[in-house]
Amino acid sequence: MSQHPLRPLPSGRRSGRPALASALRIGRALFNSQYALMLEFRAEILLWALSGLLPLLMFSLWSGAPAGAAAGISPQAFSRYFLAAFVVRQFTVVWVVYAFEEDNLLGRLSPLLLQPLPLIWRYAAAHLAEQATRFPFVMVMVALFFWAVPEAVWIPSPTRLLLALLAAHLGFWLNFLLQHAITMLCFWSERASALERFLFMPYLFLSGMLAPLDLYPEAVRRFALLTPFPSMLYLPAQLASGGPIDALAGFRTVAVWLAVLIPINLLLWRAGVRRYAAMGG
Amino acid sequence: MAIVHVQGLCRSFRVSEKDPGLAGTLRHFLRRRVRTVEAVRDLHFTIEPGEMVGFLGPNGAGKTTTLKMLSGLLHPSGGRLEVAGHVPARREAEFLRRITLVMGQKQQLIWDLPPLDSLRVNAAVYGLDDREAARRISELAEMLELGEELHRPVRKLSLGQRMKAELMAALLHRPEVFFLDEPTLGLDVNAQAAMRRFLADYNRRHGATVLLTSHYMTDITALCPRVLLIHAGSLFHDGSLEQLTQRLAPRREVRLELADTLPDSAFSGYGEIESCSGRDVRLLVDRDRLTTVVGRLLADLPVLDLEVRDPPIEDIIGRLFRQGSIEQP
Repeated sequence: MSQHPLRPLPSGRRSGRPALASALRIGRALFNSQYALMLEFRAEILLWALSGLLPLLMFSLWSGAPAGAAAGISPQAFSRYFLAAFVVRQFTVVWVVYAFEEDNLLGRLSPLLLQPLPLIWRYAAAHLAEQATRFPFVMVMVALFFWAVPEAVWIPSPTRLLLALLAAHLGFWLNFLLQHAITMLCFWSERASALERFLFMPYLFLSGMLAPLDLYPEAVRRFALLTPFPSMLYLPAQLASGGPIDALAGFRTVAVWLAVLIPINLLLWRAGVRRYAAMGG
Repeated sequence: MAIVHVQGLCRSFRVSEKDPGLAGTLRHFLRRRVRTVEAVRDLHFTIEPGEMVGFLGPNGAGKTTTLKMLSGLLHPSGGRLEVAGHVPARREAEFLRRITLVMGQKQQLIWDLPPLDSLRVNAAVYGLDDREAARRISELAEMLELGEELHRPVRKLSLGQRMKAELMAALLHRPEVFFLDEPTLGLDVNAQAAMRRFLADYNRRHGATVLLTSHYMTDITALCPRVLLIHAGSLFHDGSLEQLTQRLAPRREVRLELADTLPDSAFSGYGEIESCSGRDVRLLVDRDRLTTVVGRLLADLPVLDLEVRDPPIEDIIGRLFRQGSIEQP
């Protein structure tokens, strides 16, 4: 397989376009088509957004619990953390394994594999388009939350907001690459999504979805911070909500995990396509 | 110089087999029984640029497997393969830009969006600028007689319209080599005819090399001066349809109109009686005895009219597909 799976091809070479312009044009076309597709399913997107309410449910559980006070976390800080966690979760959700598995089972992979564009970009564009579709729904939910819990209203500092946006986006890519690596197992097993479901448990526990990691026992917290999961939720949520966080260490962890996951994805993609070609397309 | 070069191509698969029932299920769970199936074996052929070649064979003969290997979706188990100067299994980007494979049962268009959205993505993927993409879309739409359908979601299109739109998506980048696997499957007679007109027109305009599989013999007779017939993974015939007819149907049909009614026994020395009704008689006569037999019939019997015909190719190939095997003459 000579195609590099993570690099859009300089398909504009024929018409003399620079590779970057061509890659941007492919990205725009993919995003536009996927955004149009997502807008066909507005109601479904709303339901998906509502299905991510777990952080807000956790807020309702924690808001009256004494453990927060014992750890020095005020009810206001709780509300801001869980609202931020809700928003971050909305923009870091990844479902590539399910989409790929369906395409594989329905025989839709073959026509796509015949094009000089690695499949990962199609799925990435679909996720980004879905995030754009979710955006207005999420903003409405944030407004409703502020209306219901007025003491939670806050405006993050510009630096914190920018860092939170960056961390959330990197958290998405980390989650995407982790799930994409599992997705590549679809080339060996028709039910790779079972492994993804298995991974949801450590994600739930270690990402900070159930509680801020500051409430965890120190040893557990330290262990959690070594895994990629806090980068997908806890880091951006703490940055946005103004909670205490070692941002530098957080971004360092993201960089390490990206450096691990990118080559793993490359290897699995190459081996997977070889396997696909070996097993019968 | 050939644009498709196939030499000693082989492909085998390992398939697991399971007996029915609970015992079979448990045995299958504990110990898989695996068998190797040779889908393609020692296949040789070449195709020149611009040729339209029919690829025939009964179900399971290895046609789709071969097309997948030619397009790089499948790795061969053995042999050599070169398409447009590339080894397909390497799937180099330059190779993918020069070929396309259309499978009648698989689609690349986004189901819930109009075809134009998918075409725009394809235009970007293949590096066509907006003006060139619009020009090609317009040309293909005209050839395929598609208009407002391009603005309707794919799921709302008829099967024929969908297939035409699939062809547009597959041909937007103007591939030099065009593999088609059952492109008219399930289409009504009018849609099949439109598809055939388009393929002939496209081949004429752009000089594309086409390798086409179809169960509809009309597709093959209308489009392909040359046919490859494979059976059980091996090449059985490479030549014209007429030559194939001669190989598969070694006898010709002689139709007689007689002045008088004669008993069946009167024809026993000439050939096999296919039908005998009143004064109309049909005989099947070996090709190598045809001249002699016709001469004798005219001399011996009160013949008013005599016609010699080949059995229709549809009947021959249809019988072959139904039987799933080839009886060597």
